[in-house]
Amino acid sequence: MTAKTPTRAKASAEQLAAYGSMLEIRLFEEELQRQFLKGEVHGTVHLYIGQEAVSVGVCSALRATDKVAATYRGHGAALAKGVGVEGLAAELLGRATGTCGGRAGSMNVIDPDVGLIGCFGIVGGSIAAATGAAMSVRREEGVAVAFFGDGATNQAYMHECLNFAQVLRLPVVFVCENNRYGEYTPMEQVTAGDLAGRVAGYGIPTEKVDGNDVEVVREAARQAVDHARSGQGPCFLECATYRHLGHSRSDPGAYRPAEEVEHWKALDPIPRLRERLDAAGFGEDAERVEGVQQARIAAAFEAALAAPYPDPEADEVRIFA
Amino acid sequence: MSTLEFREAIRQAIEEEMARDENVVLWGEDVAAAGGVFKATPGLLETFGADRVIDTPISELALTGGAFGAAVTGLRPVIEIMFGDFMPLAMDSIVNQAAKTWYLSNERQAAPIVVRSAVGAGGRFGAIHSQNPATWMWSVPGIKIVGPAFPHDARDLLVAAIQDDNPVVFLEHKRLYSIKHEQPDWEPARLGQANVVRQGDDVTVVSWLKGVHDALAAAERLAEHDVSAEVIDLRGLRPLDLDTIVTSVERTNRLLLVEEGPALGGWARGVLGAVSEHALDALDDAWVLATDEHPIPYTPPLEDAFLPGVERIVAAVLERAGIRA
Repeated sequence: MTAKTPTRAKASAEQLAAYGSMLEIRLFEEELQRQFLKGEVHGTVHLYIGQEAVSVGVCSALRATDKVAATYRGHGAALAKGVGVEGLAAELLGRATGTCGGRAGSMNVIDPDVGLIGCFGIVGGSIAAATGAAMSVRREEGVAVAFFGDGATNQAYMHECLNFAQVLRLPVVFVCENNRYGEYTPMEQVTAGDLAGRVAGYGIPTEKVDGNDVEVVREAARQAVDHARSGQGPCFLECATYRHLGHSRSDPGAYRPAEEVEHWKALDPIPRLRERLDAAGFGEDAERVEGVQQARIAAAFEAALAAPYPDPEADEVRIFA
Repeated sequence: MSTLEFREAIRQAIEEEMARDENVVLWGEDVAAAGGVFKATPGLLETFGADRVIDTPISELALTGGAFGAAVTGLRPVIEIMFGDFMPLAMDSIVNQAAKTWYLSNERQAAPIVVRSAVGAGGRFGAIHSQNPATWMWSVPGIKIVGPAFPHDARDLLVAAIQDDNPVVFLEHKRLYSIKHEQPDWEPARLGQANVVRQGDDVTVVSWLKGVHDALAAAERLAEHDVSAEVIDLRGLRPLDLDTIVTSVERTNRLLLVEEGPALGGWARGVLGAVSEHALDALDDAWVLATDEHPIPYTPPLEDAFLPGVERIVAAVLERAGIRA
């Protein structure tokens, strides 16, 4: 693809915004992991560390009114779409001040105010939800995005929805975050053919991009979103990326070769962008962003830790709307 | 007085709501151009156009998951799962997403979906085109489950279901599509409100869908034996109208629940349990007439014997009352 040449000022503003957004997620997840080890986060947790460029790049190409469906590894997409760090931290710590009042937890966060229609604990569920959301938002030239992992590409949801969306020319962008492992199993071991070929079989434009380069992701997402918004139907983006940690809390990720992990850590999207900012003379701005994000995340978790748990006596459930 | 056919009642309700609210959309397999395999949706495509009345691929995961995504973003989808037996394919979106999103969002994101589906046995459709999936979903809070027995109730309840802000599974019994009825003299049906369709003093017979018609026919026969049966149409399983049943058994003291499905895990035992909890002192007798513990057979003699029809209801009540037929 040929990216337009932005002005230096605009480029720096976009780069700094992306840097801040990726750092927000990284610092959030790192603090979350610390809180998890201290027993403040309950159940399980699926961390997004290493994949930040995907959701930040894609969401920076969206309007606030566009819709996003994410996965159980969804903290990154949630933050990138605009869910507040204070609410999300409190939610994951089970507090009453959480985005969902503590009812949802890590795998099920929903925030209709920012267009996050859900994080889906069922692999592939996000694909159908975004496809359906596109039925709604096409009335106002909106776009819906489904985030999902490589594992979901072997789910019937993906195949049914790609066909459905293309037949109806729905404005949905399918974003596959290919982190190479479906839980503990390497994708190539359980996958026939190749993904691009499958998607092309439905007549849907598809592109595989470096998912650890936020600027590449954003540019590809812009083109995909424009395509969808203009009424030409769905697009598919495969973002090659890597989770630095295991699948979930119980997984040290020992099935992955050390050299593979090192290879991908060297491609960490955050230092990569920082180097570009330094080279362009924005090192000081980047440092300022780091300070701001560190303070925000620290404050968010501090507030969450101080917040009360919901009171079971006072929790009046209206099970029907 | 003019009569209303059941399938026409379905069509009228959807037409009325689509005309009233442009956010109401209809999709499913063969619902548009063909007007539905049970001919419940003819003419809607012509009236409302292909943007709102859509023939989907045979893809229950996509069309139901899509309905969820559309519902939480402003549309009010009415979808059709052609046969209730196909519901397992749709159930992830119904039980894991639609039923929970209102609660999980801390009551900020509703999912107004109506999932229509043709259910029930007696048509020689065999084991996997004859089931009623209601009880598979009955254990999930957050889903309303509705099933009318009469055409006018069907229209009223479907209108109410479409206007409701929650996911509603709306079941249509295949053996009822062709029945025609005059306007009944009861109040318009509401979701979660059972209806006493025949008054009696000796025993309360509770069912829904086609079972109500069997119970009414049985009540006629029982009257010949001087047994006065009250018949209650549940009209749905959630919300469950326990009050109407309890009020009835406080008078009749006997309760028979007729279920077109197995007793174990069925709604009839569940309702019986709830009534027992609330009105044990009122009960002299209470029991369930359900189907045997095997799949629904195809061949007419086996299917007829399998179903809890009129004969079996009459025989069960007489035997229980110590009356020789």
